[in-house]
Amino acid sequence: MKTIRLAAVVLGAVLAASPAFAQKQQINGAGATFPYPIYSKWFSEYNKLHPDVEINYQSIGSGGGIRQLSNQTVFFGATDGPMTQEQILAAPGKVLHLPTVLGGVVPIYNIPGVDAELKFSGKVLADIILGKVAKWNDSAIAGLNPGVKLPGTDVTVAHRSDGSGTTYIFVDYLSKVSPDFKQKVGIATSVNWPVGVGGKGNEGVAGLVKQTPGAIGYVELIYALQNKLDYGSVQNIGGEFVRCTIDSVTAAAAVAATQMPKDFRVSITNAPGKGVYPISSFTWLLLLESPGDRAKARVMVDFVKWALTEGQKYAKDLGYAPLPANVVQLELEALKRIKI
Amino acid sequence: MTKPPSSPRSADDRLFRLGTGFFAFLVVLLVAAIGYELFNNSRLSIAKFGLAFWRTKTWDPVAGNFGALPFIWGTLYSSFLALLISTPIAIGIAIFLSELAPRAIRTPLAFLTELLAAIPSIVYGLWGIFVLVPIVRGLETHTPDWLKKFPLFSGPPLGVGMLSAGLILAIMVIPFTSSVAREVLRAVPPTQREAAYALGATRWEAIQAALRYGRKGIYGAIILGLGRAIGETMAVTMVIGNNPQVSASLFAPQYSMAAVIANEFTEAADDLYLSALVEIGLVLFVITLVINALSRLLIWSVSREVKVKERKAAPAPLPEEAA
Repeated sequence: MKTIRLAAVVLGAVLAASPAFAQKQQINGAGATFPYPIYSKWFSEYNKLHPDVEINYQSIGSGGGIRQLSNQTVFFGATDGPMTQEQILAAPGKVLHLPTVLGGVVPIYNIPGVDAELKFSGKVLADIILGKVAKWNDSAIAGLNPGVKLPGTDVTVAHRSDGSGTTYIFVDYLSKVSPDFKQKVGIATSVNWPVGVGGKGNEGVAGLVKQTPGAIGYVELIYALQNKLDYGSVQNIGGEFVRCTIDSVTAAAAVAATQMPKDFRVSITNAPGKGVYPISSFTWLLLLESPGDRAKARVMVDFVKWALTEGQKYAKDLGYAPLPANVVQLELEALKRIKI
Repeated sequence: MTKPPSSPRSADDRLFRLGTGFFAFLVVLLVAAIGYELFNNSRLSIAKFGLAFWRTKTWDPVAGNFGALPFIWGTLYSSFLALLISTPIAIGIAIFLSELAPRAIRTPLAFLTELLAAIPSIVYGLWGIFVLVPIVRGLETHTPDWLKKFPLFSGPPLGVGMLSAGLILAIMVIPFTSSVAREVLRAVPPTQREAAYALGATRWEAIQAALRYGRKGIYGAIILGLGRAIGETMAVTMVIGNNPQVSASLFAPQYSMAAVIANEFTEAADDLYLSALVEIGLVLFVITLVINALSRLLIWSVSREVKVKERKAAPAPLPEEAA
């Protein structure tokens, strides 16, 4: 008993004596899993610059991030698909969408005897995912890939079983290029897939595709790069077949940036422009325009400014495409709306 | 009920009874609270779909159309498939360990079986993806065409699907069933076996007698395994294929209730969607309760039957039976 009391006294003295403890600013956020690697990099780098600021981020998914921000259990949220009108109305105040980085989604496949990089058009990709093109030597695929000897293997579609921003970006694109897809499947983080098998996470989808002859799936660019997966190129709106790279994803944003809506809720899949990879998207941080805690808001705004400028240099190494300069300018302007 | 004699200790006794009774009641309260919360949070979905939720097959988060039948089907199918595979193996292990195994290997073997229960389910899932699924796919590819005509074996050889899920669940369930069954067999009084031997029974017949004596406990062991199989999430979702469809085929990718909740809960942003997922939880809760009640009933009817028979055969029960 005595030792416990002694320990308590010592602990109390230590806590009282350390000034850092009293001033440390802790900010909690939650949301999308897709940007988690870069966000955690940013938080740790920012913490090195400002040891008194600690930002915690739970990658619980975009839906969870939006919900928790609306309930104000976290200070900021993060999402891969912009909030819907309904969600915005349900929020306790005006929500600011801030694009942080960009990502691309690539079609991966495993066709026995085919090593070539396949070319897909949006329409054909949609028909494959819908189950309408069921064999790899279908004339629709062969027509886009002259010179590639395609086998008559059955197509097996592998998709995400968990709700995911990756799915959102992929079906958003397919719905834009195929009215049929839009009507039968639609856009959301989880959808009612007409055919195929579901794998959990990027690794689940990649595993299914690697193991199943004739499989096609989709993963984020980072995942394909890190795991050295083969992926096909996709035809953009100008008719070019573009392979997904960090540059071709940034190119998609550059064009969209010239007509950026004020609230930054913009889909850049199937964007026009030369060299644009069509299955690209922003990922957003969500902040309330009038947060309760002014001190926290000041810190958060400072962090976001840093992330949008200095922080962008960490993007490429982690497989994300950095924001075009004009988007950053617009966002720095928009940050002034936050009451600090 | 006989009242304890009143003595200076009776106050302590009462306190003890009250205390333990409170803890027992806490469990009831907890179950009721879970049921209430599940019901409360799924009201939106219950109001919109009613009983149709139990029998419609569409699960479309985009259109806001939800039906739980494929998930109910998948959970029941995979669990009973697992039970079918695991029960003979688990009881075989239990018999070997309690009746036949030499002492030197009994302990390490028992330890190893129980170690299976300690492996996290995500590890089972990964093992399933990388080892089991390719083997199952091989089996499916080599299934002769005449067999594929049966609905049970129809469909393309994907590897992931009901068969993989059933197999992985069976492996996960075996240590639970076998260790309880082993304890049950060990608790069978030696006089039972000695009596059998005395009547000239072979070893196999003596074991049969022991099994019959302990059958109530063995049913309990199987039910424990079933409970484990119904609720298993991670390993199942990694190998079942996650496609909400109602199919009799072992080769078809399907889905389970626990898996869809784990997969979609984090990204379910709108209220109806969330409510439908919670209602799946409610359905799972109800089904688990019903299955447990039915199995209790089964055990109860078995033990009653035994008692009735014994009363007819021998008016004076054996001392062990009475206890």
